[in-house]
Amino acid sequence: MRPQTKGSFKVADTVVGANPDTHAAGDDPNRRDFIHIAAAVAAGGAVASLAWPFIDQMNPSGDTLALASVEFDLTKVELGQQVVIKWRGKPLFIRKRTGAEIAAAIKDDTADLRDPQTDEERHKPGKAEWLVVIGTCTHLGCVPTFGGGDFGGWFCPCHGSHYDTSGRIRKGPAPKNLAVPDYAFLSDTKVKVG
Amino acid sequence: MSGHSNYEPKTGIERWLDVRLPVVRLAYDSIIDFPTPKNLNYWWTFGGILAVCLGIQLVTGIVLAMHYVPHVDHAFASVERIMRDVNYGWLIRYMHANGASMFFIAVYIHMFRGLYYGSYKAPREVLWILGCVIYLLMMATAFMGYVLPWGQMSFHGAVVITNLFGALPIVGEAITTWLWGGFAVDNPTLNRFFSLHFLLPFMIAGVVGLHIWALHVPGNNNPTGVNVKSKEDTVPFHPYYTVKDGFAIVVFMIMFATFVFYNPNALGHADNYIPANPLVTPAHIVPEWYFLPFYAILRAVPDKLGGVILMFGAIAVMFVLPWLDTSKVRSMRYRPTAKLYFFIFVLACLILGYCGGKLPDDHVIPGLSTFTLIDADLNSFVWLSRFAALYYFAYFLVVLPVLGLTETPLPQPESISAPVLSHPANAPAGAAASPEKRG
Repeated sequence: MRPQTKGSFKVADTVVGANPDTHAAGDDPNRRDFIHIAAAVAAGGAVASLAWPFIDQMNPSGDTLALASVEFDLTKVELGQQVVIKWRGKPLFIRKRTGAEIAAAIKDDTADLRDPQTDEERHKPGKAEWLVVIGTCTHLGCVPTFGGGDFGGWFCPCHGSHYDTSGRIRKGPAPKNLAVPDYAFLSDTKVKVG
Repeated sequence: MSGHSNYEPKTGIERWLDVRLPVVRLAYDSIIDFPTPKNLNYWWTFGGILAVCLGIQLVTGIVLAMHYVPHVDHAFASVERIMRDVNYGWLIRYMHANGASMFFIAVYIHMFRGLYYGSYKAPREVLWILGCVIYLLMMATAFMGYVLPWGQMSFHGAVVITNLFGALPIVGEAITTWLWGGFAVDNPTLNRFFSLHFLLPFMIAGVVGLHIWALHVPGNNNPTGVNVKSKEDTVPFHPYYTVKDGFAIVVFMIMFATFVFYNPNALGHADNYIPANPLVTPAHIVPEWYFLPFYAILRAVPDKLGGVILMFGAIAVMFVLPWLDTSKVRSMRYRPTAKLYFFIFVLACLILGYCGGKLPDDHVIPGLSTFTLIDADLNSFVWLSRFAALYYFAYFLVVLPVLGLTETPLPQPESISAPVLSHPANAPAGAAASPEKRG
């Protein structure tokens, strides 16, 4: 800071003092406050309304959201096997369960389940052999491996979640059962997912 | 900086510039004439090493961005093209990939240095917090950079980390969808990660500026932790520490070059040379080594939200460290009990890192099955992680708050110069035992 600068501040003070705010004296003490608040609200509103487009641009765009559905021919799946197809960027498991696997799943309906659901609720009526689930672990999204784990369903290699033959979480860190997507049987051998 | 400046412009142009933009004065006061404690050891050279690391990452990164294509169909191939066809692309990419690891090696040593010598204590709390901010930004940058080659580890690493936010109640799913820009990690995700990976290093550089500013207000801490008392205790930064830092940088660069030229993939994962496949997760998915301790904490908790909270908590706790440590004695040189706990803390961090790279249910001691405690064999990495994680948090939340009140520190020297200038036999003795009475 140089002396000249100090001097100019002094001059500025005097100017303000010599021209007192005529409204500040008493009749309308809030007018200046009002201007400040109004300006702040207008600026805040402008920033907020401008911020939203910049936040929302990261959400899925229209073409991504356009619901993609897939049809699948079930004759490709052998008994006791599963086929993995890609649906909305994620793997989809289509599993044809054996009688023993279905029986094991029904038997465990009464077991201590973290995300309680009966096997009945996880397949279409009368189609117990077909299990259609989204193939991402409900813990952190890895793809569980078929037939692994303590319950013969799936085992997630990332953090050790065990799913049973109904795709229900039985052991490990995952909180939910493997998700069942919206799907419908078009015929006995064809499903439409999505 | 705020203090007295000894800069005298020597030429006409320097005088002209000095009254308009005193940038030469700033540089002179900060890196030439800056009074620095004369007893700094080599642990103090990592600040300079880190600055070099940041510079290398910026330069190599900007060059790589000239050849990289952020699209799911081309990303992997463009990285391979950099490796095979671009002139010296292999060198630049290996410098960048290994440079990230070198950056983290240096930052971890730098942080442990701060922990040991109490560099986070008053009046350096803001300096410490800015360092924590830089560390967070580094982790975000490194994570997003690792996604860009779009290999198997890239893809599934991105899936796992973005899914962490899904653990949040109510808003979790909306946040992950927002991060992805779709129903899964896909092209929009890769594009935005590239954009942010380019941006964040410049933000790091900005916070580094604040970090150095905050350093230059109180000045450096030093191995004794005792404040600088007089001019006797300091030497000018140049040539004393430019030379010392320079030597350390050269040694560090030798290690860096050894990795780049002789074992460039030692710190990476072979799976990342397989193009990303959303339908198959690699059997053994692990993050880069520098994230392993936090990954071990995440896996140690059998609950999704709990694991995520503890993992972020492990970093969050560092932000409040200056107010957790109750001891007035900065350097652990004079805190024999704290020193012991500190080395166990370092060991716990290393153990967590080791556990993070192993399968949770594997045995620590091969072939020995003990008994199942709650949900896993006691002789398993998940239990070892739990014990180490427990110690990690206990160090910050129990050991440091309690120890400062109960321990008896050794006498500290009266000044930085005192132990050097006085004969060993005349070393200061009989300093006050109770820490709370010490300055």
